Amino acid sequence: MALGRSRGGGPQGRPGISVTGRRAGTFCLLLTVALCVQATRVQVFRADELDHNPANQRLTIERYSQPRGNLLVGADSVTGSEPTGGRYDYKRTYTDGPLYAAVTGYSSQAYGNTQLEGTEDDLLSGTDSRLASWAVWDAVARKQNPGGDVYTTIDRAAQQAAMRGLGGQQGAVAAIEPATGRILALASTPSYDPGSFAGSSAVDQEAWNRLQADADQPMLNRALRQTYPPGSTFKVVTAAAALQHGVVTDPDAPTGAPYPYVLPGTTTPLVNDTPVCDEPGQSLDTAMVHSCNSVLGYLGVQVGLERMVETAADFGFNDPRLDVPVRPARSNFDTRMNESQLALSSIGQFDTAATPLVMAMVAAGVANNGAVMRPQLVDKLTKQDGTTVQLMRPAAYRQAMSPAVAGQVQRLMTDVVENGTGRNARIGGAVVGGKTGTAQHGVDNSGTPYAWFIAWAKPAGSGAVAPVAVAVVIADSDATDVTGGALAAPIARSVMQAVLGR
Amino acid sequence: MTRTAGRPRRTVRTRRNTELALVLAAVLIAVLGYAEVGVNIDGTVPADAAEYGAALGVLALLAHAVVRWRARYADPLPLPIGVLLNGIGLVVIYRLDRATPGGGAAPTQLLWSTLGVALFIAVVVLLRDHKRLRRYAYIGALVALVLLVLPIFFPPVYGSRIWITVGPLSFQPGEFAKILLAVFFAAYLAVHRDALALTGRRVLGFQLPRGRVLGPVLLIWAAFVGVLVLETDLGTSLLFFGLFVVMLYVATARSGWIAIGLFLAAVAAVGVGWLSPHVHSRVNDWLDPLGSIAEGRGANQIAQSLFAFAWGGELGSGLGNGHSVLIGFAAKSDFILATIGEELGLTGLIALFLLYALLVARGFRTGIALRDPFGRLLAIGLASIVGLQVFVVAGGVLDLIPLTGMTLPFVAQGGSSVVTNWIIVALLVRMSDIARRPSAGEV
Repeated sequence: MALGRSRGGGPQGRPGISVTGRRAGTFCLLLTVALCVQATRVQVFRADELDHNPANQRLTIERYSQPRGNLLVGADSVTGSEPTGGRYDYKRTYTDGPLYAAVTGYSSQAYGNTQLEGTEDDLLSGTDSRLASWAVWDAVARKQNPGGDVYTTIDRAAQQAAMRGLGGQQGAVAAIEPATGRILALASTPSYDPGSFAGSSAVDQEAWNRLQADADQPMLNRALRQTYPPGSTFKVVTAAAALQHGVVTDPDAPTGAPYPYVLPGTTTPLVNDTPVCDEPGQSLDTAMVHSCNSVLGYLGVQVGLERMVETAADFGFNDPRLDVPVRPARSNFDTRMNESQLALSSIGQFDTAATPLVMAMVAAGVANNGAVMRPQLVDKLTKQDGTTVQLMRPAAYRQAMSPAVAGQVQRLMTDVVENGTGRNARIGGAVVGGKTGTAQHGVDNSGTPYAWFIAWAKPAGSGAVAPVAVAVVIADSDATDVTGGALAAPIARSVMQAVLGR
Repeated sequence: MTRTAGRPRRTVRTRRNTELALVLAAVLIAVLGYAEVGVNIDGTVPADAAEYGAALGVLALLAHAVVRWRARYADPLPLPIGVLLNGIGLVVIYRLDRATPGGGAAPTQLLWSTLGVALFIAVVVLLRDHKRLRRYAYIGALVALVLLVLPIFFPPVYGSRIWITVGPLSFQPGEFAKILLAVFFAAYLAVHRDALALTGRRVLGFQLPRGRVLGPVLLIWAAFVGVLVLETDLGTSLLFFGLFVVMLYVATARSGWIAIGLFLAAVAAVGVGWLSPHVHSRVNDWLDPLGSIAEGRGANQIAQSLFAFAWGGELGSGLGNGHSVLIGFAAKSDFILATIGEELGLTGLIALFLLYALLVARGFRTGIALRDPFGRLLAIGLASIVGLQVFVVAGGVLDLIPLTGMTLPFVAQGGSSVVTNWIIVALLVRMSDIARRPSAGEV
């Protein structure tokens, strides 16, 4: 035993080099196994988490490694891409950036993507699985598809008319094609150039900081993302509710409205702007033509809270997800109020607040015989080669009133333009229906009033649905006569003319 | 069975044609990789692809011809694996050059590869029997120690004094020293293995060898590790330590050495980690590679490395399509594996690990097949060097162990590394030839 060389020749019965060598070899093999296991852990199981770590620039580099798909107005692209020569190969460019900023939003390497650039980002950047010809294989091979194109519903002439009309004032325009819900114009002023900060350089950062610091908030999309008290334009909703629910059966017949109308439970009478209104029992038609607060406030209370809320909701109020597909701010009509609050709300005051988009839906719903269509900003999505990925079809939103009632409200609105406060919106050779609004706001109504106008128009003698409905709001003007009729109606007119004149 | 004198009992297959086929396949793979880089970056095959392929092909065929001439019974695998790894390294370094302004490391690497193959040829031709190395074991150890001490007189590079810089040339003596050290360990342990295993006093139930036997080897080893710690070359000191423990165990079969080794390593690691802020931060980065991001200091090298691996996924982005530039200055040396993981994916990475595993396994096999204890220990030692180094580097960049900063054998940029590994392959080829050569009676 002492020097026996058994088991591989080791001394004293100990294992020899053949055995220990094999063991050491096995140890090295185990090291390799450990490496393979760790590699699998990192590259397969933790890959997703690591790829999406904010400090990992790969996703961003990949995203900007090819030109982004484009946003189109009509057949023309309003966006582009240009090579940067930097780490991110391409950056976004905008033709007429300020003109379409409220439609496109921005796509910035440093500040992300908003509005259509944001909601359609997967398609534009090429990651949308619908762009792949062989989705499964492309996913495995990590093939990057060229970005697709987004065709908007915007009408170039209408958009230009809206921006020209708004000019240097703070305001917004939303125009809709009533029969389909297609958004024809979406304008917000003051505007900005989304191309000024599309890159990631110091210049881009400066431009962004300047815009952020601007007290006029040029990057706020006032047509979609800002609500204003709608004032008298809301009377169209109240009139529709009163007729739809049988509170008024004949617009020309006297109503039971008292004068003065004291808000229920208070001693405060609801005052009017013009003496024509200061008589008991005025008809709905007279009340609309002269925008009588006392009559419409009284009628709102007669309709009742529940039915007023219902009609307002049919036009898009209280809907937090009215995506176009960009998400607008929620327009509000309170669901719990006492009668005096309801009376004020029925003339567009108290807590009532609406985006220009929803007020355009009100005008469009009336023009489309009571059927409110879901507003849409995108017409179709295509691949880069033009193949359609998705075609948007018109979708009904709600039936706000019967076609007969809609006809009555249409007549009320044409009366406003022909004989009332909306004369500034008259268009030769066209039938125009509208409603003005001048909403007081601020502490003790000290702020410059919001000037509103909502309208629709169609060629004279046409039996078809009006091709355009529009809402205009001027939020801050230095004009002396701040009323919807004086300030907002001419802008609405030029937008409608642009559509009718096509 | 009767033996007929003077006639072979069986024909021994030399496997030289297998080696030739594998060498050509390795060159072909490297050329295809080179072409892929060009296609993915420029959309066209690089103009010099043919010359590059020819250069690598000539080198590989020369080496093969020398093996055919002087080591015809050698293991047919080490040479093709060396060619393939070296070729992959050249491709990836060329690819990284393209992402670096003014990067021209690939031609330099090709030059060093040429020198490496030249040394391979020299070793195979001049060293007829590895046993002759035994005579130079002590001198070699001394030379290695001098080589290791020299960088102290040169300026530190990235915090470590492990480089000797002469004009435009720089090399890491630690790389050469590891072969000399393996030779010394093998020679010493081959002579003293019985004494180390059997004699000595029993202390606390453990049998300690006599100081006379253990002393010299311990002294040499401590000198090496001491110098390396002073130079803060943790990778190499870890490698030398591991090599010592493995060879001691293989020689003496006493697993107690492993226990003692691990204990000493743990004490040293904690001590160094506690004393050196450099090491301390590396341990922190290992434990929490994404921590610096949460602290707002951005992604550190390990995080960038993990991002690169993750981006590669199962199949990789394809050579030239990754974003190695994000990894930083060490992309061509310490972190070259991250680029391989990103562009060749898990598939490519595991293939690479298996390639190394195969080379290491053939080394161990040669060791076991040899008859002389010195040769056995040397082959096993050399194979262990490759295996341990791959584990230390790859484990570091994959966040399996703390990062210590070593080069990936054959693949990483760096002349010393390429040249040293060609010598290791040459020694394995030489020893496998002797191990597989039919004995005199059989020829």
